[in-house]
Amino acid sequence: MRQFAELFLAIDATNKTNAKVAALQHYFEIAPDKDKVWTIALLSHRRPKRTVNTRLLREWAAEYSGISPWLFEESYHVVGDLAETIALVLPNPISDSKEQALHAWIEQIMDLKDVSEADKKAFILQAWQGMDKAERFVFNKLITGGFRMGVSQKLMVRALGKALDIEENSLQHRIMGNWDPRTITFDELLLQENSLDAASKPYPFYLAYQIDGPVEDLGDPSDWQAEHKWDGIRGQLIKRGEEVFLWSRGEELVTDRFPELKLLATKLPAGCVLDGEILVFKDGQIQNFNLLQTRIGRKTVSKATLQKAPVILKAYDVLEWDGNDIRHLPLLERRAYLAECVAAVNDERLQQSPSVAFSTWEDLKVERSTARSMKSEGLMLKRKDAPYGVGRKKGDWWKWKVDPLTVDAVLIYAMRGHGRRANLYTDYTFAVWKGDELVPFTKAYSGLTDAEFRKVDAFVKKNTIERFGPVRSVKPELVFEIAFEGIAQSSRHKSGVALRFPRMKRWRHDKPVEEANTLNDLLTLL
Amino acid sequence: MPLLTFKKGGIYCAQADVYIDPWSKVDRAIITHAHSDHARWGHQHYLCTSNCEAPLKHRLGNISVQSMPFREEVVMNGVRISFHPAGHIIGSAQVRVEYQGEVWVVSGDYKLVDDGFATPFESVKCHHFVTESTFGLPVYTWADQQQIFDEINTWWAANRANGKVSIIAAYSLGKAQRLIQNVDHSIGPVFTHGAVENMNAALRAAHHDIQPTIQVTKELDKKSYKGGLVIAPGSALGSSWVNKFKPFSLAYASGWMALRGTRRRRAADRGFALSDHADWDGLNTAIAATGAENIYVTHGYSTLFSNWLKEQGLNAAPVETQYVGESIDVAEEEVAI
Ligand SMILES: [Zn+2]
Ligand SMILES: [Zn+2]
Repeated sequence: MRQFAELFLAIDATNKTNAKVAALQHYFEIAPDKDKVWTIALLSHRRPKRTVNTRLLREWAAEYSGISPWLFEESYHVVGDLAETIALVLPNPISDSKEQALHAWIEQIMDLKDVSEADKKAFILQAWQGMDKAERFVFNKLITGGFRMGVSQKLMVRALGKALDIEENSLQHRIMGNWDPRTITFDELLLQENSLDAASKPYPFYLAYQIDGPVEDLGDPSDWQAEHKWDGIRGQLIKRGEEVFLWSRGEELVTDRFPELKLLATKLPAGCVLDGEILVFKDGQIQNFNLLQTRIGRKTVSKATLQKAPVILKAYDVLEWDGNDIRHLPLLERRAYLAECVAAVNDERLQQSPSVAFSTWEDLKVERSTARSMKSEGLMLKRKDAPYGVGRKKGDWWKWKVDPLTVDAVLIYAMRGHGRRANLYTDYTFAVWKGDELVPFTKAYSGLTDAEFRKVDAFVKKNTIERFGPVRSVKPELVFEIAFEGIAQSSRHKSGVALRFPRMKRWRHDKPVEEANTLNDLLTLL
Repeated sequence: MPLLTFKKGGIYCAQADVYIDPWSKVDRAIITHAHSDHARWGHQHYLCTSNCEAPLKHRLGNISVQSMPFREEVVMNGVRISFHPAGHIIGSAQVRVEYQGEVWVVSGDYKLVDDGFATPFESVKCHHFVTESTFGLPVYTWADQQQIFDEINTWWAANRANGKVSIIAAYSLGKAQRLIQNVDHSIGPVFTHGAVENMNAALRAAHHDIQPTIQVTKELDKKSYKGGLVIAPGSALGSSWVNKFKPFSLAYASGWMALRGTRRRRAADRGFALSDHADWDGLNTAIAATGAENIYVTHGYSTLFSNWLKEQGLNAAPVETQYVGESIDVAEEEVAI
């Protein structure tokens, strides 16, 4: 695992893309095939299932380090990452472990599934004893999952392409779909033309950038197609032969989580792949993202949930038609196939994302201002003659989101932050007025400069009213403008509302507390 | 009444009528070291170590200062007061206060490692010990100084080989001199920002030997920076001042760099976990060596660390102060609350 830990250190030590790719390329040139397969799996969100409960890991790490569980937990709160916290608190290694390959460690960890708790503990303590900090961190990550090395799948594929001298797009396609890193060989995965499970393979999603200048910079409006940007889960619905698959953008196979779309897919013509947005649709209307959240993360869906939050696919593109990859065709031609497909299927669960009629950019600005009432996040602009790209490439597709909603709110609670902000109070709870009472309605952690965070921190320390564990209530004196993308009713919140992506837009030094917004102001935004 | 009390304006000795590192303006202040959160402007009279006098005057200008060497004693209304090395930065001291057999030590900021420039830390026996806790969690443990400087030298040499300038952000008092004294000068020339060089000049004038450095000025040819190492305060790095060094590689040297999240959130190329504060083991070792049973924990993880000490059977309590500890963005030297 030394090689992999070194790869990790090299990637972690730089923020330069080229240096990261070079480190990965080097790794792909020297690592054993089985380790390479696992590295590809880890960097494309295919981590093995967790076999050791993290609560136990924390207990064992605290015990081995000679500190109390509470102190371990506080340290964890500061570091913000369990694998790292454990790697940092453990005492220095006492023995040199025999070097073991990455794949061997992973497979041993997977095999812990059916082992007694005592044996798990013995295995892990022994592993920790023989590792340095970097190896421990990697090892812990393998156990806890969520392996992020600061390298996107795209960069990994680029490095792999350089190491193997294979074109990136075709590699990208080869590593998609369903494959098991434990059984597949490196040759089967990447070098053989017809790899396993070809039927399930999705295409890489084409991603858009947010427009950064005036929309007029895009040139002639007649070159562009506009649609609303739907706020759901990006999905690819596949029918090949009699088999159907639904992939989410995170490259997760989610066919079984959305049985209604599975059913819908059976109606598609064979050899058809659609790209679109999964949305909750009820009573003839798109519903809030909150409702969609009740469908995420659940492997099995109850009847009640299906009734409460039924989904549709708002389709905007066809990638494969009649068994042929048609991504190279211009958008308008692909859209013609899409219209044909939607009409033929004739099912409420498959809707075409309509294009917006406009002739000037001014028209489009008006349309964009209706986005919230349409339950969209803004507009998508796509060049009419462009092919369907791979990954995130600037130029042909743009997001043009609506400006965020804002309210002025009062800071009433503060908690210490994580990592760099560990010794500063940077996690805040905000309130708005309800009569002469301040009602908390959201938390926010981001949006201030470091200098501002330090000033607020000093304020919090000097104006603490009460302490509850790590939280301090503070004198209601500071007002901040809170920006957010959406607002929905919520019975789980005291205020009755839940915000989407709240953050601090600016510190309103100019506003006295009395002039902060009221709960009624918030409710009118619903 | 205890010999020292924690008052609104600072740590106070009523018997001697003197404050230690006060943050309110007072008549007589004993100063542990010249970082600005400990040595504030506006007191009538300052008392510090001999090595602290030059940086203190450099920072605060025309003030009334009296200084004395480490381990020498001054008596104020029967209270015996002396300075003992804290190892934090040049001239940094722990203040020992004794009255009728009761001994208190206020440590200011400290580290146990000999950094090659500051007078190394010396443990002082006492009954009451006031400790900092900037890095008072078990996740903070520093690698050997030599190992860290090996990494810094390797990084610098690699940048030089790639035709880049190496820049390290460091406080102009303390970290800067520690870097200058310990990097491998055979790799290339060491340049300094004006704030660092002025501090160097003040120290050199007070007969402290510092390795040769070249101040960055408009007159210098930009080509001369190539392959060199530039040491500058963090505040200079956000400005256009750094443009003249392009292409460059930027690093931070701070204890906070021990955490991956901190390193990644910096727009820096490298982070070296080099701190002038004691790590977890250092704090615990220092406290045990004092033999003190009463521990007062100031700036840092004061509540958590004092709870840990209580678990170890000591009388420990957190104390609110206005010291700021180690900051990456705004140096200890620049903070003014
Ligand atoms: Zn200091
Ligand atoms: Zn301090």
